[in-house]
Amino acid sequence: MPYITNTDEQRRQMLAEIGLTTEGLFGDVPAGLRCRGVNLPEGMGEQEVRGKLAEIAAKNHINVTSFLGGGFYDHFIPSVVYSVLGRSEFYTAYTPYQPEVSQGTLQAIFEFQSLICRLTEMEASNASMYDGGTALYEAMMMALRITGRNKIIIDDSVNPIYRVMMHSYTRNLHIDLVETNNHQGLANRESILKSLDSGVAAVVLQNPNFFGSIDDFTDIAQAAHEKGALLIVSCYPISLGILKTPGAMGADIVTGEGQSLGLPMSFGGPYLGFMATRKKYVRNLPGRIVGETVDSAGRRGFVLTLQTREQHIRRDKATSNICSNEALCALAATVYLTLLGKEGLRETAQLCADKASYAYQRLTAIPGVKPHFPAKWVFNEMVLDLPHDAADVIGRLIEKGFAAGFPLSRYYKDMDNSILIAVTEKRTKQQIGMLAEELEAIL
Amino acid sequence: MKLSFEKSVKGRRGLRVAAGDVPTSINLNPALLRDKPAELPEMSELDVVRHFTELSRRNFGVDTNFYPLGSCTMKYNPKVCERIAAYPTFTHLHPILPQLCGGEKLTQGALQILWEMDCLLSEICGMKAFTMQPMAGAHGELTGITMMAAYHRDRGNKKSIVLIPDSAHGTNPASAAIAGYSVKSVPSDENGWMSVGALKEMLTDEVAGLMLTNPNTLGLFDPNIGEICRLIHSVDGLAYYDGANLNAIVGKVRPGDMGFDIVHINLHKTFATPHGGGGPGAGPVGVVSKLTDFLPISTVIKRQDGTFALDYDKPKSIGYIAPFYGNFGIILRAYVYILMSGRDGLERVAENAVLNANYMKEKLRPYYDMEHPQLCKHEFVLSATRQAAHGVHAIDIAKGLIDAGYHPPTMYFPMIVKEALMIEPTENESKETMDAFIDAMIELAKRAQTDPQSIKAAPTKTPVGRLDETRAAREMKIASLDS
Repeated sequence: MPYITNTDEQRRQMLAEIGLTTEGLFGDVPAGLRCRGVNLPEGMGEQEVRGKLAEIAAKNHINVTSFLGGGFYDHFIPSVVYSVLGRSEFYTAYTPYQPEVSQGTLQAIFEFQSLICRLTEMEASNASMYDGGTALYEAMMMALRITGRNKIIIDDSVNPIYRVMMHSYTRNLHIDLVETNNHQGLANRESILKSLDSGVAAVVLQNPNFFGSIDDFTDIAQAAHEKGALLIVSCYPISLGILKTPGAMGADIVTGEGQSLGLPMSFGGPYLGFMATRKKYVRNLPGRIVGETVDSAGRRGFVLTLQTREQHIRRDKATSNICSNEALCALAATVYLTLLGKEGLRETAQLCADKASYAYQRLTAIPGVKPHFPAKWVFNEMVLDLPHDAADVIGRLIEKGFAAGFPLSRYYKDMDNSILIAVTEKRTKQQIGMLAEELEAIL
Repeated sequence: MKLSFEKSVKGRRGLRVAAGDVPTSINLNPALLRDKPAELPEMSELDVVRHFTELSRRNFGVDTNFYPLGSCTMKYNPKVCERIAAYPTFTHLHPILPQLCGGEKLTQGALQILWEMDCLLSEICGMKAFTMQPMAGAHGELTGITMMAAYHRDRGNKKSIVLIPDSAHGTNPASAAIAGYSVKSVPSDENGWMSVGALKEMLTDEVAGLMLTNPNTLGLFDPNIGEICRLIHSVDGLAYYDGANLNAIVGKVRPGDMGFDIVHINLHKTFATPHGGGGPGAGPVGVVSKLTDFLPISTVIKRQDGTFALDYDKPKSIGYIAPFYGNFGIILRAYVYILMSGRDGLERVAENAVLNANYMKEKLRPYYDMEHPQLCKHEFVLSATRQAAHGVHAIDIAKGLIDAGYHPPTMYFPMIVKEALMIEPTENESKETMDAFIDAMIELAKRAQTDPQSIKAAPTKTPVGRLDETRAAREMKIASLDS
């Protein structure tokens, strides 16, 4: 093992100095509990392991043109992001418990919190969460704490993966999780208002929603606030380059998946949850928060703050059990947003919308392909109806080198022929055209 | 140092966004757009690179400094793991791909790694099966406790209490509470172990289970663990192993053999994945046979023809706890580390981690108080009580170490030890590094008597000195807002 530095001679010397033997190091473990070695293969050197992993990696095929989304997108990642993330002063550090030797991580998180606030037009953000789904679950728990109520309304236009996660986490709690069925691809206002009584802690919505449709929830925020309930909005951060912000709509808690901000898809993780709120609810936020202060000489510095909410102090009374964040992923998002800047993010978002709009025109021009919903406004994702079973068509397009989209029948009734198609700035006009041609040929 | 926002110059660009090759959309309703662009910084690529490089130099990491932060297992993170994790054939895989008809065959490599990790971790821990989904240790705890609840619901058990020793990590009681249980704290005995007598008194039919770390947060192996697990099982409770300290016993003792039913592992500790400044980590959870039905959806199976597939047919499952298959990039690094270590290597890890900790403990024993000076495992806790008598507290020793070029140990934890400093050298560190650190600790112990003020003034060699945490909490300036 090259990662163990001491030599046999040094080990003998150390054992002699403290009067122990190698066997004696485990003398406190009852003999009956010691195992006689685990059944693992022999260790390998770097050359062998790289050879083995190259073989395994070759069983993955990435030469498909992807129109997959569903909350997780193939966006362009600039080289600067990889370069900064490769600095081991960042990646081999831990949670910045000692601020004097962690100003790099702390200031980066402070900048991350600031960027999230500016992007969402909210007032306060935490240092990040595991992913968009757990962030939404934590937002729901936060709303329950703030209001002291136990009912949550969630529209089924919210990502179904997140909705099933919320069910898993709350099965043992006495929470009334009311799901409303979307109305023509948008949040179902009539059902939401009907369920919105004085027992409701929060209404949970998404923009753009799972179908890619965009909306303005200002009216729902007002209705919720009239009943003393909160509005939670899950959002797609790239879209905020151009779309109306949850802050402007009156949302109380905003969450989202930050993968689109400079993180690769990596087969499901690590990703980045983010969470922002109004200043008045800061003390109810879960997770780490970085704050600005000064040292005795008056120099500005950053520290972990408001820690009395957290598990290491409050134990079973804490706001959450979370003790980490996704600091390195948050750093990626910070570098990404800083590099793209004000204009770069706007242009990227516009490019996504433009390409999606072009794809919509090309694909709906194919005989038999129709938009599923009458809703006109989509960001970069759309639901189209095919003449046949969508899962089957997707399977046939994979043979042609396209991951054309996501079959909605997996999560929605009566949508067997519906496909969810996402278009990012990485897809070219030519690729969109080729997809349209292959799809037309198959149908 | 300035914030990025303070370096922003109007009109500067860091990236030339790809030129559009399609007409600009006329499709968006202006009422659905934001009023003005988000006030992000405007910087050149060079500005951005200098900014973040300068920030990086204001950090201590394992690659730059000895980092004996107890309970956090700050191991060296092998570079080959980083290199492999960056292969595009892993990073470019969309997680939905294997869920599509015909998509499974495009991701066989990734599925193979998940399946093999299940086998490897099950063997290492003496469990039947693992889920790779939990994204951190605390997330693993919540997953494990949720499975505990599902087990009791399935058996028709009415249980409401989870027992947790008073030396436990704070995440244990927080996870149990968030899953809907009430938590009762079991006191430690004079040896630093969990009091078996107290456990017997607290044991009722209401007890759903026990969460325990072994070795515990004092770095001590609890030899009564077999009896403790038997007691918990006697009321049909489940024993949960918090794997935060697995590095001490990996390859030597298996949680399953101790009698545990559920285990979480912090891959970023025992299996050397980078801590990333506070994440991402990964917290896979293993269970014994009677609990496999409750594992989250989905699991990876190996078919008879040798191919791998996702299995969703789990009617008793607790459901989804992550959107996909966990922090794959982290799982992949840990997989590479385990392959490189192999059977022998992992045993050497535990032996050297324990030897290093005991060596440092014995060398420091004459200079610092220790409530539990007996044989320790991978870490030990000393008390700065003798120094505190001169006004030099645990935090001052920590700050003094910074000026000597070390990341301090964990301070004031576990809470049951006064003026605690918890030291975990890990197996990687050399005798020379540890000797130099020991000398620095001895020098601080002496200086605490002769010149306490000089320690209270530390650190002086860092970009900032001690920061006013009270002011941070009072003023709550947690973002630079666009005003």
